[in-house]
Amino acid sequence: MMNLFCVGISHHTAKVETRERYALPRSEEVLRAESGCDEALILATCNRVEVYGSAAATVATDRITDCLVRGGAKTPEDAGVFYRYEGGECVRHLFRVVSGLDSMVIGETDILGQVKKSYANARESGSVGPHLHRLFQRAFRVAKQVRTRTEITRGAVSVGSVAVDLAVKIFGDLRDRRVLILGAGETSERTARALNSRGVTDIRVSNRSFERAESLAAVVRGRAISFHEWSRQCAEVDILISSTAAEEPLLTPNVLSPMMRERPDRPLFIIDIAVPRDVAPEVNEIDGVFLYDIDSLQAIAEESLALRRQQIAAAEVIIAAHVSDFRVRLGYARESPASPASVNPRGLDGGAFRASQL
Amino acid sequence: MDRQLLIVSTLCYFAGVVHTLLAIRDRISRPRRFNFFAIGLGFLFQTAFLSVRGHALGRCPLTNLFEVFIFLAWSVALIYLLVGPAYRLSLMGAFTAPLVFGLQTFALIAPIDVPHQARLPANPWLEFHASMSMVAYGAFALACVAGVMYLVQERQLKTHQLHSVFSRLPPLSNLFAAITRLLWLGFALYTAGLIGGFFTGGPLPRVKMICAFGVWLFYGAILQGRHLHRLAPKRVALLCVLGFGAAVSVLWAINFVSQGPPV
Repeated sequence: MMNLFCVGISHHTAKVETRERYALPRSEEVLRAESGCDEALILATCNRVEVYGSAAATVATDRITDCLVRGGAKTPEDAGVFYRYEGGECVRHLFRVVSGLDSMVIGETDILGQVKKSYANARESGSVGPHLHRLFQRAFRVAKQVRTRTEITRGAVSVGSVAVDLAVKIFGDLRDRRVLILGAGETSERTARALNSRGVTDIRVSNRSFERAESLAAVVRGRAISFHEWSRQCAEVDILISSTAAEEPLLTPNVLSPMMRERPDRPLFIIDIAVPRDVAPEVNEIDGVFLYDIDSLQAIAEESLALRRQQIAAAEVIIAAHVSDFRVRLGYARESPASPASVNPRGLDGGAFRASQL
Repeated sequence: MDRQLLIVSTLCYFAGVVHTLLAIRDRISRPRRFNFFAIGLGFLFQTAFLSVRGHALGRCPLTNLFEVFIFLAWSVALIYLLVGPAYRLSLMGAFTAPLVFGLQTFALIAPIDVPHQARLPANPWLEFHASMSMVAYGAFALACVAGVMYLVQERQLKTHQLHSVFSRLPPLSNLFAAITRLLWLGFALYTAGLIGGFFTGGPLPRVKMICAFGVWLFYGAILQGRHLHRLAPKRVALLCVLGFGAAVSVLWAINFVSQGPPV
């Protein structure tokens, strides 16, 4: 019987200084030749480097890690950060990884694309045989089911993505929306980039320092405008991102109400990430104005994360059913099945989740 | 026999309501497909009911308030099935099923299925007027549904409470666009129905005319306000909800003041 196994290092077990020594692994062909695996697939992302293999005889973990390390930089301490899963546990681990349950941000979906890409590369190089093929095809099915049958991927979990999600909830398509960035801070830049990635092209940047406005405008492919023009521009835009260092609120109901009366059918989304706030909270009472400050954005992000955590149990049930079925099909049924809780008994505490850490 | 068809239809809509409630309880948002099929099946049984009743009456089944309510519920389902998939508004079925279920349940429970004393002769213009007006009401009802969705979504965004199943509601701009299109559709159909009313041949009942023109002017005013950019989307949504409530009340009131059939 073929042994399926996974040897890896991830953000749960090692810091980036350690992970980066394994960040550029060799090709699967070299790995197979040097380690003696019949099939091999390397999954390398910023948070993990893992080898999924299949072999008739047991392949020692050291042989795998020796192949992964860059230029002989392996230290004795590195042995403690690698984990190894065999048979059913390997299957379960992959299903959890591909479903985003093992990710730093629970439920993130980038990992599925990364696993698919790794699979395609390994398949192209001829390193994927029938065992890994069946394993990964099933993993993709599991990931899809977890995404559609639970809410594990729901909600944005960073300030920038929350702001973009809210903008979409208000405006739908963002391509024709006009954005004004008032104060060229770092979070403004991240938020503007996030909007930019969703198709926003009309971005205006206003800052007390015009040079700084120009440099941010260049980054987000927008245009810089003079700071004394911001109130006039404000009447034209749909989204206002404010992060100035002003001591007093720049936007109050007295300033904004007449502006909104001129545009009753065009909402204004204000993202106030300044501390102290640039926009008086009473502005949110005006019809058509949606005001979010940094705390409310962060609260939404945290709530999303909490909701995702609540969905872990539901995802584990789906995974457990697939693991059980897959074990029977691959002849691992004699192994004692692990309950979902025993896979990760401490929920998100990744440090405790090392089924067979070396 | 015909009431049994209607009961089965009502149960289909009830299934949609239960499914939505379960989705809300479990915080899982996937009622769209289920509701679409539940409403579709309910619509088939409604159509069968109206067909059986129409054959028995020898004319369009709009001879008492019971039939008016069922025809209205049928129109709402029809418009939903026609425009729902085109607008791709998630959760619209979840909001539509309870409305149709409520209308039909009320019609089945209330003692309003009283046969009209005189057998009314078939009059194509009268039936055109009545059926067009009812389908227009269906569009106004769906505008009301979209209006409720808009108000819920707007409230969530204002209060920063975004973590219920309703967080899957469509964007405000999409809802507002749907409201506007539904209002135009309803207004066009209602106008056609009103014009058809002038060709019925009989004397024009004054109360009905006043009510009908009141409804027409009300929706015309909303559209005018929208066209001139003078009405905020929230106001339009609110007026759609209030307007439909008032329009249904007018239908009810006509039944009491009118000697003839309600429509």
